[in-house]
Amino acid sequence: MNVTINGEPATVEPGRTIAAVVPNVGVFCAIGVCHGCLVTVNDVPDVRACQRVLREGDEVITR
Amino acid sequence: MTIVVVGAGPAGVNAAVTAARAGKDVLLIDSAARIGGQYHRQSFRAKEIRVAHERVRHLPDTTVWAIEDNRLHLTGSRVVTAEKLILATGAYDRTLPFPGWDLPGVYTAGAAQAMAKGQGIALGRNVIVAGTGPFLLPVASSLLDVGAKVRVFEANSPSHRWLREPTALFAGRRKLLELTRYAKVARHYRERTAVIAAHGDDRVREVTVAELDDNWNPLRQKRIAVDAVCVGYGFVPQLELAIAAGCRLSDGFVAVDEQQRTSVPWIFAAGEITGVGGADLAADEGVIAGAAAAGVQLGLTVDRRFADALTRVYAVKDGWKSWLTDDTIICRCERVTRHRLQEATGRGATATRAVKLASRAGLGPCQGRICGATVADLLDLDPTTFARRPIATPIPLGDLAANPVEEQ
Ligand SMILES: Cc1cc2nc3c(=O)[nH]c(=O)nc-3n(C[C@H](O)[C@H](O)[C@H](O)COP(=O)(O)OP(=O)(O)OC[C@H]3O[C@@H](n4cnc5c(N)ncnc54)[C@H](O)[C@@H]3O)c2cc1C
Ligand code: FES
Repeated sequence: MNVTINGEPATVEPGRTIAAVVPNVGVFCAIGVCHGCLVTVNDVPDVRACQRVLREGDEVITR
Repeated sequence: MTIVVVGAGPAGVNAAVTAARAGKDVLLIDSAARIGGQYHRQSFRAKEIRVAHERVRHLPDTTVWAIEDNRLHLTGSRVVTAEKLILATGAYDRTLPFPGWDLPGVYTAGAAQAMAKGQGIALGRNVIVAGTGPFLLPVASSLLDVGAKVRVFEANSPSHRWLREPTALFAGRRKLLELTRYAKVARHYRERTAVIAAHGDDRVREVTVAELDDNWNPLRQKRIAVDAVCVGYGFVPQLELAIAAGCRLSDGFVAVDEQQRTSVPWIFAAGEITGVGGADLAADEGVIAGAAAAGVQLGLTVDRRFADALTRVYAVKDGWKSWLTDDTIICRCERVTRHRLQEATGRGATATRAVKLASRAGLGPCQGRICGATVADLLDLDPTTFARRPIATPIPLGDLAANPVEEQ
């Protein structure tokens, strides 16, 4: 599956969360509670990287 | 008649299936993509396990963010009307602050578990798991399974303390047997020890580990090199929906009777929001709640003696407050230090709301979920007052504005 992370193309296994493929995204709880891992996905801000499973074509921007 | 169950962990799934077997239509709602909750978290690589009952409809990736009378607001601009409601929203890790806990590489114990079980990823190669509770053992075990080097520091001394709980030990023998699965952790396990500081510039590189006295005041200390630290000091129940619905609380959890009925006649609660006792107890409570909501008396009761003893054996002791310095972060979201928190109370803020407004602790994106228990403990406030949130989860603004669609 193909996505872009901060503009860079990346190939990921289906079922991966953003937190699993993007290091240093601010993960603390990994279960959606702490909101430390917020990223922008397809122009939607404040998406929790630990909860969001990547989909084909997703464009992820980390802070 | 539709019974709505919120939360698809051991409690919620058992409640849903039991009510369905009694002939009711059940809507099972969970924020996650798959059922299982925390304990039965499914790996993304494994074939999906679903609820096998035609009367249970599972709504995945859906968060209930508000309750108004018997209408539940769901993400995706949907609402649902519940005739009976079963809350099984579970709990999340409690963490205690210490100098450096805001460095990258410091996680909750649950984070290590969720990443290992769900994604097959070790949060570090050389990991310390620290805190209190039997939960540290499965966490360490999962980390070993994904190839990490692990050390476990338990702040209490359960191996002695349990000897004073013979009745509870007998009641909990099933759970204890489960813990023997983690025997491989024993070699890496120490009691009366805690991580009291983390060090590093860009991320955690070393920690200060201290032997503790009975009240958790640090005794002998040493520094150890690590690349990740996972801390868990028990659990905080996810109370906001129960509070919003007006359910009475007791000792920080949702108060229920033997039928898992809350103080609100059409609402039931099961699992860790009613008290922390592990997945088996949560599942049993779910069965009882599902039957009761369907109007069936099972004549079953749960044995809470083991769960009650857990809170005594693995109690958080006040000495942790001596680990803090003036500039230790208390609220991660708003970067509020202990000093700023004390300044706020010095200016006369004593109730939770006033403390939050004066210090900003608890006003960030997590809405006090992480710091609430800490602030409450430091300032002698009721921790459940931090779960009074108008909206149970930060939701996209579009969901607030749109005309919601009725979910059948
Ligand atoms: C990260 C983590 C990992 C754990 N791993 C283990 C383990 O390996 N072994 C062990 O013995 N114990 C573990 N525990 C302890 C565990 O909480 C219990 O043993 C058990 O899972 C509790 O079951 P439950 O049904 O009460 O709640 P949970 O299993 O926590 O399930 C609650 C469910 O409710 C959902 N939910 C909550 N609020 C909403 C809402 N507003 N809208 C929609 N859905 C909602 C959540 O997504 C979740 O799936 C873990 C706890 C945590 C926090
Ligand atoms: S890591 Fe806590 S919300 Fe994602």
